[in-house]
Amino acid sequence: MEDSLFSIAVNGIFVQNFLLVQFLGLCSFVGVSKETKSAAGMSAAVLFVMIMASIASFLIYTYLLLPMGLTFLTTISFIIVIAFLVQLVEFIIRKYSPPLYRSLGIFLPLITTNCAILGVVILNARLDYGFIQSVFYGITAGLGYTMVMLLMAAIREKSNALKVPEAVEGLPHAFFITTLLSMAFVSYFQVIPT
Amino acid sequence: MADMTIAGEFFRGIVKDNPVFALVLGLCPTLAVTTSVENAIGMSGAALFVLLGSNTIVSALRKQIPPITRIPMFIIIICTFVTIIDMVMEAYTPPLYEALGIFIPLIVVNCIIIGRAEAYANRNTVKFSIVDAFGIGAGFFVVLVAIGAIRELLGTGEIVLFGLKLISIPITPATFMILPGGAFMTIGVLMAMVNYNKIRKAKKGA
Repeated sequence: MEDSLFSIAVNGIFVQNFLLVQFLGLCSFVGVSKETKSAAGMSAAVLFVMIMASIASFLIYTYLLLPMGLTFLTTISFIIVIAFLVQLVEFIIRKYSPPLYRSLGIFLPLITTNCAILGVVILNARLDYGFIQSVFYGITAGLGYTMVMLLMAAIREKSNALKVPEAVEGLPHAFFITTLLSMAFVSYFQVIPT
Repeated sequence: MADMTIAGEFFRGIVKDNPVFALVLGLCPTLAVTTSVENAIGMSGAALFVLLGSNTIVSALRKQIPPITRIPMFIIIICTFVTIIDMVMEAYTPPLYEALGIFIPLIVVNCIIIGRAEAYANRNTVKFSIVDAFGIGAGFFVVLVAIGAIRELLGTGEIVLFGLKLISIPITPATFMILPGGAFMTIGVLMAMVNYNKIRKAKKGA
């Protein structure tokens, strides 16, 4: 692939935003975006695991699965790598930074089943990205996730004061906000000449 | 467990425990692949296959699986079936496989399947776990097809199913519905309708 780092960055953050355009990681998005603090915690944890997972899965895919013709094990090995990493990160944070653990701790187990993480590593494998590109895609996808998560949390916090019909309260309301956000992001499509 | 009937367990999956509206699980594939009815059917078929396989194996092995390692074991069982369906679809339905993209391997992290393994199959007999898989699978199918139908109809003005034109309405296609925003709006409206119904029923009962 000839993708330059700049186009990967624009793609990862805006044009192919994981939450709003590719629909990856939505469960955590609607679940955790009620307040800015937990949204920030979740995003930080996702960003961190995403970068680690991109590195680890690239090494496994290129040096283990491809040469041995084991590509059918891609999904299973990636999910095991992610589960491993999440555990590892949990142990390390708990050992060295208890305050950080207290704020991130509850989000870490959730990350294993966050489709954004598995999504980024599978996309890396499918797009044949090199090492730098993979890691960079991981970083930018994580940043895109963080940005939307914080935006959404801020809007939801502010909109708590709004009076909406009883039936729309909660999730439907969150989805309507997301609709507007997503429309803004879709217009980034036009930025890239086809 | 004497009060459990097969039909009751089946319909519970469609209505009361509907995976998308009642349990709010598995949102990512629900929104991502519902640009057309065809994709929706393909996705829910794949999910049903995996759910059936994982529910059966998990409930058959529920006495052997040690509680402390159950989640990794569930994931590996689910992953096995996902890999099977991934390879089968790549071989036999390449256009569908292409359209669903990375959402086939992502069934592994679909919360519906791991949720059913944890909440149901791990505690119930094989027979009821299979029924539960069919019920939840049917619930998922109904929601996906409904969202897919709304989006395809409003977004393209017609519903085409496996090369067969089912319905076409004379409107200017609203491309918005096919774009991601349309997905969020459709599920928002549907959820509000479900909530409205629930509130009305609760008020009537009170």
